[in-house]
Amino acid sequence: MFSYVVRRLLLAIPVLLGVVTLVFLALRLIPGDPALIMAGEAAPQEVVARIRTQLGLDRPLAVQYGIYIWNLVRGDLGESVRTRRPVTQELGFRLPATLELASASMAIAVVLGLTAGIISATRQYSILDYATMVGALVGISIPVFWFGLMAMWIFSVRLGWFPVGGRGTLRHLVLPAITLGAMATGMIARMTRSSMLEVLRQDYIRTGKAKGLTERSVNLRHALRNALIPVVTVVGLQFGGLLAGSVLTETVFTWPGVGRLMVDSITNRDYPVVQGAVLVIALVFTAVNLLVDLAYSFVDPRIRYD
Amino acid sequence: MARSRHLLWDAARGLVRHRSALVGLAVVTALLLVALFAPLLAPHDPLLPRMRERLTPPSSKHWLGQDELGRDILSRIIYGARISLTIGIVSVGVGMAVGVPWGLASGFYGGKFDILTQRSIDILLSFPSILLAILIVTVLGPSLWNAMVAIGIASIPAYTRVVRGSTLAIRDAEYVQAARAMGAADARILVRHVLPNVLGPVVVLSTLYTASAILTAAGLGFLGLGAQAPTPEWGAMLSRGREYLRVAPHVSAFPGLAIFVSVLGFNLLGDGLRDALDPRLRGKV
Repeated sequence: MFSYVVRRLLLAIPVLLGVVTLVFLALRLIPGDPALIMAGEAAPQEVVARIRTQLGLDRPLAVQYGIYIWNLVRGDLGESVRTRRPVTQELGFRLPATLELASASMAIAVVLGLTAGIISATRQYSILDYATMVGALVGISIPVFWFGLMAMWIFSVRLGWFPVGGRGTLRHLVLPAITLGAMATGMIARMTRSSMLEVLRQDYIRTGKAKGLTERSVNLRHALRNALIPVVTVVGLQFGGLLAGSVLTETVFTWPGVGRLMVDSITNRDYPVVQGAVLVIALVFTAVNLLVDLAYSFVDPRIRYD
Repeated sequence: MARSRHLLWDAARGLVRHRSALVGLAVVTALLLVALFAPLLAPHDPLLPRMRERLTPPSSKHWLGQDELGRDILSRIIYGARISLTIGIVSVGVGMAVGVPWGLASGFYGGKFDILTQRSIDILLSFPSILLAILIVTVLGPSLWNAMVAIGIASIPAYTRVVRGSTLAIRDAEYVQAARAMGAADARILVRHVLPNVLGPVVVLSTLYTASAILTAAGLGFLGLGAQAPTPEWGAMLSRGREYLRVAPHVSAFPGLAIFVSVLGFNLLGDGLRDALDPRLRGKV
């Protein structure tokens, strides 16, 4: 077990380094002079020069890369071109909001998705099964930003039940969390259903039923536990989807998270902040996937010996 | 040739049995026809502003109402179908053009190249696809064309991974060995014997990725990183309607509905094709 964890952690290092390098190169690949683009065409020469020095763009690429990695190791993501505040500080303000939104959405998606998937699988081909699967497909196909806007129009503008946007109370969280969680709910429901159906055909389920266990006990204690393994993967992958989807949801609901910061920074051409935001989301995603892989080996001991 | 006829036959037979896939096929066909005959179907000029009639709700003259510049929303949605389909075709084309040969080579040759491929894919998959698309659009600059390319690039790892897996499974099959024994060159083996056998998953993936490409492009359009004004792109239309949500919700509602129905259509069709062509992919794509 220990060696599996160590091996998995070691394997994550080149991936992390690759992510970091890709984000570094992206900023340098922008056609033209990034310093000039960031400062704006009309900016005085001194400002352009300041930005160029600040970002180290006047040095050779290899040196820039070395400095970037060294700074990253020290937790320094550079400085915002607009506010002149450290990028880590800008992200630090916003990250809790995004994590709050993503976690709330995930909680909704897991509870709703698992319940829907189990009901659907245990009552295959019933009306309830069809209805649930249509609902899941709608969740997967609906554009997050449209769903959010329509929910806002109905529940905030027309009915006045929830605030139109912003962050603060639990009521602020409800609509954005449901909106963002819709796709993940659909994915988890579909995965739970197909995984449960597969397990329900196994011999040990028939044995369980034959020896007189209740339907509930067979479904929850024997089938669900074995069906959960692929579901765990989907949950991990969906968490990344949630972090990325938060870019759109945060824009709709003016939620002050990393996603909105990123979009605003793209508009303002504040590339150090864009770079930091992309990096943080990708790193959180990688970390979640790593945790999922490790969680796997606890859920399914067979994986450790592969 | 025989193989591709099988593929078509399998797909057709599977689809007929799948009622929901037929619905998907109908939606996709309708979308295709609307895009093709847009100039005949659109009742008004999609770009013509009528400032006096701005934000007018649906009426008998303008079935879906008028937008913030008084343009006919129905006509804009009809022309928007062309853009959405182009997005699907271009981005799927980019993803396939790079991902399929890469996956074939990686699975077929193995070795260091394969290891390098796998690590690169791991890195690319560390970015949720819309994030990778946003990063690429930031580099290339916001435009519809760049958004399509970005979405295509973001889908490359998925194609590479699926094709690599399928290639690996048939690399040592008897018919491949037989072809090799007869002195066929690698390129010939790959194109004539391996490629036709990995096409099933690629078709399925492409259909499902068309849905996700339309969704992502609309998202980029919504964020202002995709199509620019006055292009009648659904995501951008929806985004501009946002400001008028209180007084004219129809400006956002209808373009969003168009995105939703198209994506649903491709997803239904993709699910059906997956079950017909390669049920093993269930839960993977």
